[in-house]
Amino acid sequence: MAFITANWNPLGEAFYRKIELYEMGWSLRDGLKECLVAAAPYGGPIALLRQPQRPSSSARPQLEIYSSSGVNMASFPWKSGPVRQLGWTVCDDLLCIQEDGTVLIYDLFGAFKRHFSMGNEVVQNQVLEAKVFHSPYGTGVAIVTGASRFTLATNIDDLKLRRLPEVPGLQGAPSCWAVLTQDRQTKVLLANGADLYILDNTSCTPVTPPGLSPQACSIVNMAVSFSYKYLALFTDSGHLWMGSANFKDKLSEVDTKVRTPPKQMVWCRRPKSQQPSVVIMWDRLLLVAGECTDTIQYTLDEESVCVAELDGVRIVGGSRHELLQEVPSACQDIFKIASMAPGALLLEAHKEYEKSSQKADEYLREIKEQSVLGEAVRQCVEAAGYEHEPETQKTLLRAASFGKCFLSNYPPEPFVSMCRDLKVLNSVRDYTVGIPLTHTQYKQMTVQVLIDRLVYRKLYPLAIEICRYLKTPEYQGVSRVLKHWACCKVQQKEEPDESIAHAVSVKLGEAAGISYSEIAARAYECGRTELAIKLLEFEPRSGEQVPLLLKMKRSQLALSKAIESGDTDLVYTVVTYLKNEMNRGDFFMTLRNQPVALSLYRQFCKHQEQDTLKDLFNQDDDHQELGNFYVKASYKEKKLEARLSLLQSAVDEYNKARNEFAAKATEEEMKLLRFQRRLDEEKGEALLGLSLQETLHALLTSNFHKQAEQLYRDFRVPDKRYWWLKLTALAEKDDWEEMEKFAKSKKSPIGYLVCCLYNLYTKPFVEVCVKQHNKYEAKKYVSKVTPEQKVKAHLAIGDLEGAAEAAIERRSEGEISTVLSRCSPTTDRALLERLNRARSTAAKK
Amino acid sequence: MAHSVRRDAPELPDFSLLKRLARDQLIYLLEQLPGRKDLFIEADLMSPLDRIANVITLKQHDVDKLYKVEYKPIVSTSDQLCFLIRPRIKTVKWICDVVNTDKAFGRFRRYKIIFSPQKFYACENLLEEQGIFGDVTTDEWSFYLLPLDDDIISLELPEFFRDNFLEGDQRWVRTAGSALHLLHSVYGPFSKVYGIGRCSKMAYESWREQVEEGEQRARQAEIGNVFLIDRDVDLVTPLCSQVVYEGLVDDIFRIKCGCVEFGPDVTSSDKSIKVMLNSQDKVFNEIRNEHFSQVFGFLSQKARNLQTAYDKRSGMDIKQMKTFVSEELKGLKQEHRLLSLHIGASESMMKKKTKQDFQELLKTEHSLLEGFEIRECISYIEEHINRQVSMVESMRLLCLLSLTENGLLPKDYRSLKAQFLQSYGIDHLLTFSNLKQLGLLVEQQPGETLTVMESRVGKLVNDKTAGKLTDAFSSLSKKSNFRALGRRLNLVPKSDEEYDLRVPRDMAYIFSGAYIPLSCKLIEQVLERDGWTGLEEVTRMLNGHEFAVTAGSNGSDARVKTDSQRIILVMFLGGCTFSEISALRFLGREKGLKFIVVTTAITNSARLLESMLDNHA
Repeated sequence: MAFITANWNPLGEAFYRKIELYEMGWSLRDGLKECLVAAAPYGGPIALLRQPQRPSSSARPQLEIYSSSGVNMASFPWKSGPVRQLGWTVCDDLLCIQEDGTVLIYDLFGAFKRHFSMGNEVVQNQVLEAKVFHSPYGTGVAIVTGASRFTLATNIDDLKLRRLPEVPGLQGAPSCWAVLTQDRQTKVLLANGADLYILDNTSCTPVTPPGLSPQACSIVNMAVSFSYKYLALFTDSGHLWMGSANFKDKLSEVDTKVRTPPKQMVWCRRPKSQQPSVVIMWDRLLLVAGECTDTIQYTLDEESVCVAELDGVRIVGGSRHELLQEVPSACQDIFKIASMAPGALLLEAHKEYEKSSQKADEYLREIKEQSVLGEAVRQCVEAAGYEHEPETQKTLLRAASFGKCFLSNYPPEPFVSMCRDLKVLNSVRDYTVGIPLTHTQYKQMTVQVLIDRLVYRKLYPLAIEICRYLKTPEYQGVSRVLKHWACCKVQQKEEPDESIAHAVSVKLGEAAGISYSEIAARAYECGRTELAIKLLEFEPRSGEQVPLLLKMKRSQLALSKAIESGDTDLVYTVVTYLKNEMNRGDFFMTLRNQPVALSLYRQFCKHQEQDTLKDLFNQDDDHQELGNFYVKASYKEKKLEARLSLLQSAVDEYNKARNEFAAKATEEEMKLLRFQRRLDEEKGEALLGLSLQETLHALLTSNFHKQAEQLYRDFRVPDKRYWWLKLTALAEKDDWEEMEKFAKSKKSPIGYLVCCLYNLYTKPFVEVCVKQHNKYEAKKYVSKVTPEQKVKAHLAIGDLEGAAEAAIERRSEGEISTVLSRCSPTTDRALLERLNRARSTAAKK
Repeated sequence: MAHSVRRDAPELPDFSLLKRLARDQLIYLLEQLPGRKDLFIEADLMSPLDRIANVITLKQHDVDKLYKVEYKPIVSTSDQLCFLIRPRIKTVKWICDVVNTDKAFGRFRRYKIIFSPQKFYACENLLEEQGIFGDVTTDEWSFYLLPLDDDIISLELPEFFRDNFLEGDQRWVRTAGSALHLLHSVYGPFSKVYGIGRCSKMAYESWREQVEEGEQRARQAEIGNVFLIDRDVDLVTPLCSQVVYEGLVDDIFRIKCGCVEFGPDVTSSDKSIKVMLNSQDKVFNEIRNEHFSQVFGFLSQKARNLQTAYDKRSGMDIKQMKTFVSEELKGLKQEHRLLSLHIGASESMMKKKTKQDFQELLKTEHSLLEGFEIRECISYIEEHINRQVSMVESMRLLCLLSLTENGLLPKDYRSLKAQFLQSYGIDHLLTFSNLKQLGLLVEQQPGETLTVMESRVGKLVNDKTAGKLTDAFSSLSKKSNFRALGRRLNLVPKSDEEYDLRVPRDMAYIFSGAYIPLSCKLIEQVLERDGWTGLEEVTRMLNGHEFAVTAGSNGSDARVKTDSQRIILVMFLGGCTFSEISALRFLGREKGLKFIVVTTAITNSARLLESMLDNHA
């Protein structure tokens, strides 16, 4: 396998290798000459803006989008203004920054998405240079204008333009500049001749890189590492300075002996890099310079572009696409010539084993003697991840699996997950897909993002396959892909609503966690309201349906959906919306057909808008409720006149509602109120607002018997009640004389039957008297009680003997027992005996 | 106790976890407003809060002063105010006033509103209208469930009944669904759900929705089956006088959040004492489910036992005395204290309840339930009204009459109403309108003529889209069908048989053997039949909306009859009474089941009817 190291070049302690990723599928007549090129990191797409062959006013430049393998994804003539810079966002959208500061955003397939402007000032001064950068906050844009001013937007999805302070002495564009993200702040680093400045929100600070050779008089190029931690400066004297981006340390300085300003300069590092380096590109030369004094030089035979990656540099040329990176230590250990590292030995052992040679055992024994077999397996697994060729990957993995057999407790996860990862990586690296991700990048980017990228490229089947293969939870994996697919599907203008809705529901039917409302929203955005409504039917969560329906002005439907959901908050949302949207009449009509919404709105009105409530009842001709409304309002009214008029309105409404009872009751209330007022005025009583009963009681206790009589007649108070009232009042006043008179009075009301009279007024008499602790008075009436009540009456006044008499007389077993239970065995012995006797005789009968 | 307890009754799940969850969340929310702050608590939330976190806990989390929300301008010097409230318009409006007053005085404070158990859009909307949406931060304290006892969990939402059944406002249904979801996620998964009533159905659906949205975890179920029931399925039971000890205590002294305040007449001192009534109270635990007539005998027996335990002292030597003091005395003292309290309470109740008029009241009630001597009952009620015995009591009897008789004769209806208004004031005109709407007090309708309102409802019901939704008004046409139900389900035992209250033979003992509560009977029947088959006629009379769903759909689980299968959660939407809980406990003992009662609030006749009043502004 010696050939593996064939493309390795030493740089200090480390090796660098250049691997061919693809032979480009595009056919560019002039390569990348005269092109504005932008290639996205993480194996992203490549955009080209070709200037027309003959610069004439009629010819338009052509914008083309390719995958990393050079497969065309879009191509269209550029019709807007002159473009200064192209760039890709983290979501694979293309940014085209025009001279006038307008930034146009296109998707991967060249569909226009939106645009924004970098400020008014730019329109006059023009953009001289622009850069697209990525930070934890998203994708940003930085420009420098003709007036030598910088403007930054840190995140284009949440656009906030920041105009940076002026740079002293700067005329036109700086000789070179870069965007830095440090301490959660985005800054611009720029060079004006030999002077370096850092521009942040508020200030412009001059800086000096430590140990920069004095012979330089101008900095002509600079590069910031992928992580924003390192900086490289190239001076006109051909020196390359490398150091940390905070200007605290210097890593090294290399004399490249080339004085021409380079075309491009990028950092080439990898995590745990042994020999970080900077790749500098001139027209025909590619130079790799690290900390040591040596450099590696490659000749370039075509116009190329360098793309900085997390773990290397991709070089895109007219015909080839290559990856230049430091050879990871695991690979070095294994493949370095004459390496004795455990991994290398294991690989060798496995090779011998496949040849059925006993040397396999020797190698294995050697590893085992050093007890580094675990390490050997680990190295092989790791190295497999770094290799690009499936064959090499397989060889390494086989060796690892072979070694694993001799280990009892080696955890299987790293091996299994590496196999899975490689399978995924190899499938996306495929020429047709064209995403040349390395394992390191893949891990950094995560599966979710990879799936997203595949979805952006509309590679739905592959995305779903990967989700299923990696067993991603449905709602993160398959469902998400399907949702994107559906969103894309609804935009297919030529297909009829029916078939799209059907196709979507069939595909998405069984997938969990699908948000149909999002798909519907997309359909609505494309102007397909009917389709959106159809899709919403599939949405199980009403909370998601309603807002969109409102947005589409389908308020009636929204209301019924909200009510169906049983979520009153939703209903209320719609009601509030309708209230503001519709005129009152229509609004009330709508509510009328939706009782749930109506009662909810009524509840709201009760607390908030009493008058609306009235209108609502009016609209419905709900006279009963209107009557109730007026009655309720009358309580709150302090002034009697107003109160009476409210009650009169209530009477009218009750009459309209044919509720005669309520109308009459209300009328009587008005009568009573008037009566009370008259009496209050005449006699100074405080009767207003009392109930009829209370009024009567008050009158009787204050000796206004005549007035009470009048009320009794006017309001047709039942006789029973009146008698009772009078008795209570008299007893409360201890007016026993009057009571006796009253009891004996022949003035008994019409239709009084004698027994009824006894039953009614004498029984209460006893109770009233007892209540007032007047047993003596009470005794007077016991004799008048009906026979059935006699025992009770005697007991009530505590007359046991009387009770016993009565009970025995009536020969009722039950009553005798009642009396018995009240007797105590010590004091009432004689009585007890009598009662017992009587009971036994009563029982016999 | 006389009851034969089946030994294999399963253990109840531990509900203190719910309290812990609520407390932890509250603390978390309080810490979202760092620094010292004053806390304003809505009156209804004070007692529930007290069960969750005491003042010390609150103080530990930087709560400076505690205030009750009183709808008055505030006097607080703190720079941070935190409001712990129910999502009610009135309270939010008050907060708006507080904030706007501060603004007018140029005073800067930080405000936080914590809605419990959830916030409503209407509240936020109000904040927005009043222009203070940006000045306050809002949060939700999802304190849905308060365990009142080992087997009682309350949502503490007394307004549920009125809002849902009278006003047709379904805002709390989702809350009920969320509460069920919480129980499901902690003690589930449930294997079968039964229910009856429109609201139950909606709560069930809301719960299902939440289950589908959330993640499912397979765990050992602690609660097997669930039964949901609307209060308006059975309005008769809560309107009956309670005669089981716990219910009676509630009727007379009003148990609030599992705690009762005994006044001086009970404690026989000049102080009132607050007592927690739950299974921790050994004495109470033994008498709570007993018919009142049995309680006194039990208590005196207990007192004698206690005396004997004390008397042991006399024959002791020093060493025995020492162990007695260290081990038994404290327990005895405690028991002694409780015993004397309950004896005091019983005495006080005796005074009120064994009087002649209470016996007559019960007699009338029983006649109403049996359907005998209705004329006498009516004149008894009349007398009640004329003599101005308590208003709620009169109303209760009227409603009971209407419910059992399927409405009053038009003549009676008018005259009783007129007398009622004369006695208690015209403003009850509105109360009557409410009672009518709920179907509690209605006029018998002559068969052929429908009122305007009813025909309108009929039209709406026929309307296809509205069909599902108009049931809010269906109560207008609703008949209680009590007699028919009673016959079909055997709710009223034959009165000629003597009922021995010492050895209850069925759930009727909670009403002195006169009536088996409809709600509990339904639960019994459905559990027995494992569904509603055979009860079609009953459900038709109850206005339908019954359902029985196998929720787990896990075949293997259904076959294994585990302990959890015999733990049944009964959720009353609109409140339940202590008598019903006692009846279910009895049923549980008989069948070897354990019932857990979840209710929107503990109710009784007085609370239920007071919520119908409309005589205040």
